[in-house]
Amino acid sequence: MRVALFLTCVNDTLYPDTGRAVVRLLTRLGVEVDFPMGQTCCGQAHYNTGYRHEAEPLAVRFAEVFRGYEAIVTPSGSCGAMVRELYPRLGERARAEGRGDTLAATLAPVVPKTYELTEFLVDVVGVTDVGAYYPHTVTYHPTCHGLRSLGLGDRPRRLLEAVRGLELVELPGAEECCGFGGTFAVKNPDVSAAMGADKVRHAVSTGAEVLCAADNSCLMHLGGTMARLRTGLRPVHIAEILASTEGEARG
Amino acid sequence: MSGTYLGMPAFPEAARTAVRDATLRGNLRHATHTIRAKRAAAVAEVSDWAALREAGRRIKDHTLRHLDRYLEQVEASVTAAGGIVHWAADADEANRIVARLVRETGESEVVKVKSMATQETGLNEALAEEGIRAYETDLAELIVQLGRDRPSHILVPAIHRNRGEIRDVFRAEMGAWGRPAPEGLTDTPAQLAEAARLHLREKFLRAKVGVSGANFVVAETGTLVVVESEGNGRMCLTLPETLISVVGIEKVVPTWRDLEVFLQTLPRSSTAERMNPYTSMWTGTTEGDGPRVFHLVLLDNGRTDTLADEVGRQALRCIRCSACLNVCPVYERAGGHAYGSVYPGPIGAILSPQLRGTGSAVDASLPYASSLCGACYEVCPVAIDIPEVLVHLRERVVQGGPAVRGGNRVVLRPARGHAAERAAMRAARWAFARPGVLRTGQRLASRTRRFHPRTLPGPGRAWSATRDLPPVPAEPFRDWWRRTGGGADETKGAAR
Amino acid sequence: MSGRERVLGRVRRALADVPRDERPYEEVIARDYLREHGQRTPAKTADLLARNLADYRALVHRCAPGEVAATIAGLLAARGARTVLVPAGLDPAWLAESGAERVEDRAESTPGELDLVDSVVTGCAVAIAETGTLVLDGSAGQGRRRVTLVPDHHICVVRVPDQVVASVPLALPRLDPARPLTWISGPSATSDIELSRVEGVHGPRTLEVVLAGAE
Repeated sequence: MRVALFLTCVNDTLYPDTGRAVVRLLTRLGVEVDFPMGQTCCGQAHYNTGYRHEAEPLAVRFAEVFRGYEAIVTPSGSCGAMVRELYPRLGERARAEGRGDTLAATLAPVVPKTYELTEFLVDVVGVTDVGAYYPHTVTYHPTCHGLRSLGLGDRPRRLLEAVRGLELVELPGAEECCGFGGTFAVKNPDVSAAMGADKVRHAVSTGAEVLCAADNSCLMHLGGTMARLRTGLRPVHIAEILASTEGEARG
Repeated sequence: MSGTYLGMPAFPEAARTAVRDATLRGNLRHATHTIRAKRAAAVAEVSDWAALREAGRRIKDHTLRHLDRYLEQVEASVTAAGGIVHWAADADEANRIVARLVRETGESEVVKVKSMATQETGLNEALAEEGIRAYETDLAELIVQLGRDRPSHILVPAIHRNRGEIRDVFRAEMGAWGRPAPEGLTDTPAQLAEAARLHLREKFLRAKVGVSGANFVVAETGTLVVVESEGNGRMCLTLPETLISVVGIEKVVPTWRDLEVFLQTLPRSSTAERMNPYTSMWTGTTEGDGPRVFHLVLLDNGRTDTLADEVGRQALRCIRCSACLNVCPVYERAGGHAYGSVYPGPIGAILSPQLRGTGSAVDASLPYASSLCGACYEVCPVAIDIPEVLVHLRERVVQGGPAVRGGNRVVLRPARGHAAERAAMRAARWAFARPGVLRTGQRLASRTRRFHPRTLPGPGRAWSATRDLPPVPAEPFRDWWRRTGGGADETKGAAR
Repeated sequence: MSGRERVLGRVRRALADVPRDERPYEEVIARDYLREHGQRTPAKTADLLARNLADYRALVHRCAPGEVAATIAGLLAARGARTVLVPAGLDPAWLAESGAERVEDRAESTPGELDLVDSVVTGCAVAIAETGTLVLDGSAGQGRRRVTLVPDHHICVVRVPDQVVASVPLALPRLDPARPLTWISGPSATSDIELSRVEGVHGPRTLEVVLAGAE
């Protein structure tokens, strides 16, 4: 099957390793991946900060760029939730503002075929053992939008548990927000930092070498906190763990 | 709402102080974590929770959508049962009505059941100006009143106080209000509760006027419902000769049967109990039992403004359980006072800016007092999508637009202080509409990456004061994709 | 303009978007929640009631219908109660074996007078097993609301199985909203200190429940 990788603007710019890992992983599983060059940003930051009207043209661009694919896969719970949960709301609000059904109709086709990566692996490809090898102690932080908006449930855990060499250790208070929250991180820096510090403290208490999540924006916040606190813990996106194999075990 | 909160700083500033208060952080963490686990267990006991939640949502939504009809029905049924109904468009009107009703009894003191509506209107202060002393009788409200403090939680207004602090307040202040704290009072919760029992008993036994709110008003029967734990509610509702209940207009439910939903969801959500110790239900007055005179004051005070907003009106479904506060990571760290309102936490962040408008610094900042993690929505027993309303209110703050204030249609101007952000959002949207521009920017960042500082000046400090910046990679993904033909070369390399 | 007209006018203007022909209450409210949680025999329902009452620190005593008087006498004696408040219409047989002085609750009794009484004995209108709740409606044998509030010791007799229902949805149809109702689930309690539950504040600090019926 031929799928489009919706990498997200943050990953494209700051975390190309995650993108390369998704490509490697999906290719290994027999999935043909395309990266439509017209993609940019889903509009989540605009929408969530209160700039819904600025988000609309970005959503329309997304729909146009990705319309032709069977499935759209993204290694980001929050951007996936933007498309799946909030694009329909953009359409509804436009309708309520008397702007007709055009926006809703434009966005509708991409909504049901957008998948977060772990969801795509488990539900569409139908695998939990992706043949990965990762000889490290890992603790997993379920990010809020993946957990509560998309309902990823135990999919990421099942994928990680099937990775050879990987020891998965329980993160205390796992389901509590890390404090990133997009522009929240800079609009309420003190509360955000306090939440991040608590999350990092929990992660350190597990004795893990790696803090794993399925969203690099949360990992940017946590990784930045861990580096500042000199914890020695490394933030790693789940795609990079699942893409690792015996031959190219990452250090 | 109450003038007590005038001049509150914006949420981030107020939260900054709270975050650094180690005692407060410890108190809040202990209390919220205790109740979180209990609530989850109480909810897990009922297999049909999702159906109860949905029924509660629908009952409340339906009532709100036909509120005029149900309010008229309330008025008719309460009047038929011997009650007297008053209407108050705002806090001042409600306070004037209550003060007049108390004066007409000839009394100069009232005992109060914990009530959010009268806190919202600042009733105690208004009565004090009329020479009427109001005694709070809920334990936590008593702690707040004696300590000349402000409430910081909907259910447990003194949640920010630990047992030692409570003992100190009782020892220092009870004597000035009535019976002093017992000699040698310790900080064990049982002793503190006993001290409150003794202190308040003399007030209950002589009280002639009680003031309450209500959790529910049943339109078809005219029944009011007060849900409580300590028995102070029962004391205030049954011992005085006159009872005055100030109730927000959104507390109406259509039928007696509707209570079967909320009496299951409210206790489990708020105190994590199968059922709270005491629930009182009364319909007008009853010959020979309880108050001879019953007044119901129906309060608007911004509720109709909220009702006029098709997205925001769902906040009026709230049954004040406070589950959203207990589960909120922001509330846990910032504390209730930072919200500058009697309604703190996630529900406060969507109620206060709707009831009061977004004109003040604190109200304009409340929609941003959330990481949008969604834990509040998940636990809400009437399924208020708090993140949805927060984002909607953010839009109102930065973009302005039509709204209703004090019953009048207005067009709000975009709030000040967001001009730079607005320009940045527009610029980002412009760049994101042009992948070429985005790519140029990415390459520029990559090429200059050796010169990027670890910390940022100016507004960037909000990030880099506590977090390192992520290193910028040598090339963005899209350049790698183009260079390697979608990774085909690299895959071959890896296979070899 | 009166407050009434102002508020109702604002409500109507706020709801301008609501279609006039919106589906009525009966169609909108989905009641696909359960009437009761699980199926139980009457005996098992009584067991559940006893368990849940005890869980919230009520003291539960079970006896045969003919043993109510002896049970109550024993409880009053054990408490050391010298006086017992008697609501109008209480089954006189229930207090037949107690030596405690009976105090009638009269309309003109003051709360201060009731405060001097040691104990009160009442019946109830209905008891709810799933929540461990007793509901009193002020009818014969249950008294004015204050009688079960001011004294520090309350003994409540529940006729099993007639007065026991499984759930809140099954209790409401048995109750008359026109009567003043008091729902009691354990002795008074507070969670106001650090959100931990402590029993015993303003209401009776000791609640004893006599479940009277064949085992």
